[in-house]
Amino acid sequence: MKIHEYQAKELFMAYSIPTQDGVLVKEGEEFPAINFEPPYVIKAQVHSGGRGKAGGVKLAKTLEEAQNITNEMMGKILYTKQVPDGKRVSRVLVTTAVDIQKEFYLSLTVDAAREGIAVIASGEGGTEIEETAANRPEAIITEVIPYEIGVKDYHARSIAKRMGIKPQNVKTFVAMLKNLYRLFMEKDCSLVEINPLVENDEGLIAIDAKINFDDNAIFRHKDIEALRDLGEEDAKELEASKYDLNYVSLSGNIGCLVNGAGLAMATMDIIKAYGGEPANFLDVGGSATAERVAAAFRILLSDPNVQAIMVNIFGGIMKCDVIAAGIVEAAGVVGLKVPLIVRLDGTNVELGKEILSKSGLDIIPAEDMHDAAVKAIAAIKR
Amino acid sequence: MSVLIDKNTKVLVQGITGGAGKFHAEQMIKYGTQIVGGVTPGKGGEEVLGVPVFDTVREAKEATGATASVIYVPAAFAADGICEAIDAELDLVVCITEGIPALDMLRVKRYLRGKKTRLIGPNCPGLISPGKCKIGILPAAIHHEGHVGVVSRSGTLTYEAVNQLSQYKMGQSTAIGIGGDSLRGTGFIDALKLFNDDPDTYAIVMIGEIGGSGEEEAAEWIKENCKKPIVSFISGSTAPKGKRMGHAGAIISGGKGTAAGKKEALRSVGVAVAETPDLIGITMKNLLTEKGLYEKCVTIK
Repeated sequence: MKIHEYQAKELFMAYSIPTQDGVLVKEGEEFPAINFEPPYVIKAQVHSGGRGKAGGVKLAKTLEEAQNITNEMMGKILYTKQVPDGKRVSRVLVTTAVDIQKEFYLSLTVDAAREGIAVIASGEGGTEIEETAANRPEAIITEVIPYEIGVKDYHARSIAKRMGIKPQNVKTFVAMLKNLYRLFMEKDCSLVEINPLVENDEGLIAIDAKINFDDNAIFRHKDIEALRDLGEEDAKELEASKYDLNYVSLSGNIGCLVNGAGLAMATMDIIKAYGGEPANFLDVGGSATAERVAAAFRILLSDPNVQAIMVNIFGGIMKCDVIAAGIVEAAGVVGLKVPLIVRLDGTNVELGKEILSKSGLDIIPAEDMHDAAVKAIAAIKR
Repeated sequence: MSVLIDKNTKVLVQGITGGAGKFHAEQMIKYGTQIVGGVTPGKGGEEVLGVPVFDTVREAKEATGATASVIYVPAAFAADGICEAIDAELDLVVCITEGIPALDMLRVKRYLRGKKTRLIGPNCPGLISPGKCKIGILPAAIHHEGHVGVVSRSGTLTYEAVNQLSQYKMGQSTAIGIGGDSLRGTGFIDALKLFNDDPDTYAIVMIGEIGGSGEEEAAEWIKENCKKPIVSFISGSTAPKGKRMGHAGAIISGGKGTAAGKKEALRSVGVAVAETPDLIGITMKNLLTEKGLYEKCVTIK
């Protein structure tokens, strides 16, 4: 789960991680009173990096200018490199402008291979870390913190030295890193990122903040769950999550309904390999009911790009007859407006095929996933 | 022969009184797996499916001589369930549960170090040695005894691969689903080592997917150590970057963990990579025919 910069900064403040003053302006609300001095930085609050280059970060010398820029920014669609389809701005953060002498990169993430929390840092902040990693890998510092003892002063001092933090700021950095680690562990984060971390005469300050949380651990953090901004999420993905369906929106025209994440990815791959374009990734899971299959169909059909649907089920514990009954029920309720290609295999496959053929639905049966992909592509070309 | 499990494996079911635990315990018993007991805190003394239920794994092990356990408890409690099985010094723990928090699994992984227990999963379908023993949720009917070892990060794609092998009359020695999480117990290299050392496994199918570096590391290991023919498929060639594709571990981040990179790493060490998932079976048949091993691998009439 992702949150906004302003929300991440509130968490930083709660964990004594230095960041600058700011106020949030929401769409349709009055510009609030500001108790800090100009100049100001106006920042669009959308879940995407690269906001600056897309015109989502601007400087204002006066309060009036800050108000004008905020008004202009509000409601605009921000097209970033990360989100080329654009995100609508409905929240704007107004902060103090900070004197920048040097910019660093600092993040914490779970390192599965080395079984610890990795601190990734660089003396070259402000740009995207992927770019630095690609162009100047030697500028990236990685330190995996041993899980048993957590981050200690010596880890932080060593990282600070390699980043090139001024000696007078090392003490602040040590406290900051320990607090970031505490935040990471206590709130089940999957990523905490400061880019840039700024050094100036006053010390160190996080002028940007990004936090992602482990979706599997949200159940034990009601305070974090409350920060979720549903407006930032893909409507179809959001609807799918209500039914415990794993759905990812893509740009093609063949809708896919599959059981199992690996098979669902492989289904996208085979469609593409034979010259088609998948419209989505959809894993109905191992225990789909007729209701969930119906919901999955509804979501697929709500995508105007979908011109055919390919169902690819390998029944294991999930029985083919249950899936077939779900398809028939869903088609009855939702209506079948596009060609439906169905491949069923595994447990109770004969029963499943019988249910489909007796349903009177215009279904194109397929022998295996190769046959299904070829038929789905042909159905669109027709 | 088979790896990890056989007719003598005595299995406990942690969470046997829950819906999934009970259903799959019954399926395993039907298959012939020796289910010797169940564990559900507070329900010790009861009996389910004709087997005794215990309050703790340690008690269950002492009373039944169990050597393995399979975990069906909810995600919030599954990590503790694994630790309990480690403390009871079971040889093998298979965790089916999906959705365990990453930091919980980090704790488990560190706790596993230096312990005798082998963990498979979490978020996995389990493993099967056809004709001998099944632990987990794999559909028994498609599996046949034979000489091809299967290791996979995906459940249903394992079934797909096994089914294709069976179509070409090649049975399986053992099929292991290692799970879709990035923090997992047994990895590709562990499974490959087992198959490489098993005299009855003649060839290996390895199914990977985007995310992490397990496949690349496996390729390094294969180059130095593995003499058996390997066929691989990697799913997620068309997955967008930065999006989690169902499995917690299936995400391309920072340009790393792409299907193209994994396929290239495997190809460079002599692994036959099936470009599409429908070609896993035929790729194995062709590879084994070329090496003069196909007839030896035909075990299905």
